[in-house]
Amino acid sequence: MTTFYAKAEAVLIGDTGVEVRRSFRAPAALVWRAHTEPALFRRWMLGPPGYVISACEMDVRPGGAYRITWTSAAAPHPMAVFGDYREVQPHRRLVTTEYYDTGEPGGPLGDGSLQVLEFSERDGVTTLVQRNDFATTAARDAAVAGGMCDGIEPCFAALEAALAAGIA
Amino acid sequence: MPAAAAALDATFAALADPTRRAILARLAQGEASVTELAAPFGLTQPAVSKHLKVLERAGLVEAGRDAQKRPRRLKAAPLREAAQFLDAYRAHWEANFARLDALLDDLKNETDEGAGR
Repeated sequence: MTTFYAKAEAVLIGDTGVEVRRSFRAPAALVWRAHTEPALFRRWMLGPPGYVISACEMDVRPGGAYRITWTSAAAPHPMAVFGDYREVQPHRRLVTTEYYDTGEPGGPLGDGSLQVLEFSERDGVTTLVQRNDFATTAARDAAVAGGMCDGIEPCFAALEAALAAGIA
Repeated sequence: MPAAAAALDATFAALADPTRRAILARLAQGEASVTELAAPFGLTQPAVSKHLKVLERAGLVEAGRDAQKRPRRLKAAPLREAAQFLDAYRAHWEANFARLDALLDDLKNETDEGAGR
């Protein structure tokens, strides 16, 4: 019996990880495409409040790079999430590095995290397990805390991005 | 108010200000003195000290050992103790995934049409 996660569930994993699970009534191939095709990805991935995706590039192969850029009329600089693909197993597993660039002077921040996406399909339902592992507990906590301010204002950018820096 | 709830209030009040979040962001990159914090934000040292006091009261920042510089550093533990900590992260992803649900429905319809049904 497989669990159906109708709503996203989140748990902390150890001292440096965080995991989100969610089930979709769609084949893994489609959930995969939504994560790996820029034209599809930008149709669902939200940025901080007020920000929209202005550029999305994905070179989906081991060693290939991706970069998603968000801009806001109210912000002087765009912000970005970027990294490269470490493992690409179509419809099953996608491993990437994930770094934040708040667009502030000083450029990209910190050690970022390693993200593992696992897609498992059963009876037409695909369950996605999304896990991020950070360099330190503080970096993990800070990244998770970014979500706490969601809807308040671009504190997602300020906190999550910056605190992902990897504090010892 | 129970102590835990009061502490949580302090955490959120501290986080509600964009300058304080920016200070936290800077400290996440490493400890910094009041002088080092003032410059990039265009703030006076007293203004920075005031923000630091709020952050210290919330337990988010502590002063380092160097008695002369008193560098401030980040403490993230209070964030983790906030009940909203994980739930807001979850809600953030649920908002994304609800949109993904809608997209997947569209894709399924397109696939069906493509198959001539």
